[in-house]
Amino acid sequence: MAIEIPRIELGDWIESGLNYLTTNYSGVTRGISAVTQTGINGLNDLLMWIPEWGLMGLIALLCWRAAGIRLGIGAILGLALIWNLDLWDPMIESLTLVVIATLVAVVIAIPVGIAAALSERLYRVIMPVLDFMQTMPAFVYLIPAIPFFGIGSVSAIFATVIFSMPPAIRFTTLGIRQVPKDLIEAADAFGSTPSQKLFKVQLPLSLPTVMAGINQTIMLALSMVVIAAMIGADGLGNEVWRAIQRLRPGDGFEAGIAVVILAMLLDRLTQSFRKTRKS
Amino acid sequence: MSETRPVKIQVRGLSKVFGNQPKKALELRDQGQKRPEILEQTGQTLGLSNIDFDVYEGELLVIMGLSGSGKSTLIRCLNRLIDTTEGEIIIDGENIPTLSTKELLECRRRHFSMVFQNFALFPHRTVQQNAEYGLEIRGVDKAERTETARNALKQVGLDGWEDALPSQLSGGMQQRVGLARALANDSSVLLMDEAFSALDPLIRKDMQQELLELQHRMKKTTVFITHDLDEALNIGDRIILLKDGEIVQIGTPEQILTAPADEYVERFIEGVDMSRILTARHAMRPVRATAREDDGPRTALRKMSENGLDSIYVTSRDRKLVGLIDADSADKAVKEGQQSIQSLIHQNFRSVAPDEPLHNLFAMFSDKSFPIAVVDEERRLLGVVVKGAVLAELAEAGDN
Repeated sequence: MAIEIPRIELGDWIESGLNYLTTNYSGVTRGISAVTQTGINGLNDLLMWIPEWGLMGLIALLCWRAAGIRLGIGAILGLALIWNLDLWDPMIESLTLVVIATLVAVVIAIPVGIAAALSERLYRVIMPVLDFMQTMPAFVYLIPAIPFFGIGSVSAIFATVIFSMPPAIRFTTLGIRQVPKDLIEAADAFGSTPSQKLFKVQLPLSLPTVMAGINQTIMLALSMVVIAAMIGADGLGNEVWRAIQRLRPGDGFEAGIAVVILAMLLDRLTQSFRKTRKS
Repeated sequence: MSETRPVKIQVRGLSKVFGNQPKKALELRDQGQKRPEILEQTGQTLGLSNIDFDVYEGELLVIMGLSGSGKSTLIRCLNRLIDTTEGEIIIDGENIPTLSTKELLECRRRHFSMVFQNFALFPHRTVQQNAEYGLEIRGVDKAERTETARNALKQVGLDGWEDALPSQLSGGMQQRVGLARALANDSSVLLMDEAFSALDPLIRKDMQQELLELQHRMKKTTVFITHDLDEALNIGDRIILLKDGEIVQIGTPEQILTAPADEYVERFIEGVDMSRILTARHAMRPVRATAREDDGPRTALRKMSENGLDSIYVTSRDRKLVGLIDADSADKAVKEGQQSIQSLIHQNFRSVAPDEPLHNLFAMFSDKSFPIAVVDEERRLLGVVVKGAVLAELAEAGDN
């Protein structure tokens, strides 16, 4: 009596879809790949070109100006430890990936977030997509990245952007939707055009929330950049990956601590931008 | 008399239904159904129904009603922050409900500025930048808008605060910024949505007074929304009473008080302290007799005794008030054979303008019991108020 229900070949469909994309749009992916690789190399070379103590000083100065003397001193100590552990170069590589992935993510996320805030229909389409992007296990993004962009940093950026973009979109949408209704009324009552309303009222007022989203995006990007070592991304993740393969917990922890230091610096720094904007 | 004034905004047959089947709701309305039945049968809320009124050039029109009466909806229909369902709102020949998006934008910039209950100041902009907002979005150049905004801030008494942020200001000052932002725009109509309701009572009185003075100076057409009858009576040239989305009464504060249109209005005015509303004009009686400057004491005395008075006001040839003489001194002068009353005239009495609130008259009766003279700007004697009349007027007004 049992009815034979055929298995839905979801995986096959997705694969053929991806195959279609890779074969027919290889020109596009190769183009993206080339541009991204150039960006990565350029930024990486620049950061490597600055002597360690110089970069340390610059970052410390930035932390000091933005968040106070304590973060400045913390930055020097933390970065000096990384340098001392011989993890300077991988740290720079990770930083490069985080910066580029975040930039790409934010450039896409903010307009999308604004659009979703202003259009109820778009909001209803985008929110489930974001849920999907955030709850899908991060590793899964690594797999299609390889046929698109090959092994290496560009694939890492691709996966990282997808994984880290949702909070920036969400917070932008939230920030704009949270602008009090009477301020929107005031802007309308004086005859503001939609773009005047957006740039003079909605965006400035949502800035703290948008910054919180960008902060989240950076944190997620850092965690993904580490995982992306599995598909050949350089950086601290690579050190961890190597330690796992060789079963050397000491090396793994050293690299892990370097990730923690980098994460804390990025977090405090972006949070301080948010606070100064607010006051 | 006021009907001859030029009309600034003409509202005709304005209705607003909240919901997705406005036609159905209006049909029921036309069959005589009221708001609750319509809501029950269709799920549509009849926000405003068949509103007709004019706003005259330069007047301060108050729209008053309790929450849910539709007053906020009404003021938002005027500048179309809320779209209307049917009816016309005509300002300078333009029908607001039918304007295109672009025309509406222009219309709002030219005609309307708005002051909000909770101020609605932009928290990321300084006081100066807030005041400039309307000009900025119209593309007025920097120097001109700085100047205009600065003047507007000066008018509301905020010079020196230009660089402060709204959060650094008290509630009363924040609303001054709101007012300055509206004034700087120099639109033809000022919309004030419960503008003083969020302020504490003392500040509120001050702001009402200042608004009156500003209005007196600038003659700006103003539509003011409030739920507070005292406020409405205090500032309104005319008042529109709104209930359940319909107009119950339109009239001057006096008309509303002395001839309430129905029970609803009556219940509203029960709480009002009549002595602040009624003025000397209401309680004054015509002068039965006056003495002339060149009368002799004998004539004056006869006028008093004929009319049962124990004092008499003396006027000049052109009816201007000169002073008062009382019967005792006139009697004495007659016995002494004096020919003129000039030396008997004294100024030991009080005179007031006809619009002096009765409230202020109580205190004047405490010392002497001479009637109070009511005089116009040229000191012509219009009438007198005796103590009993004030109380009688109040009692009568209270009974109605």
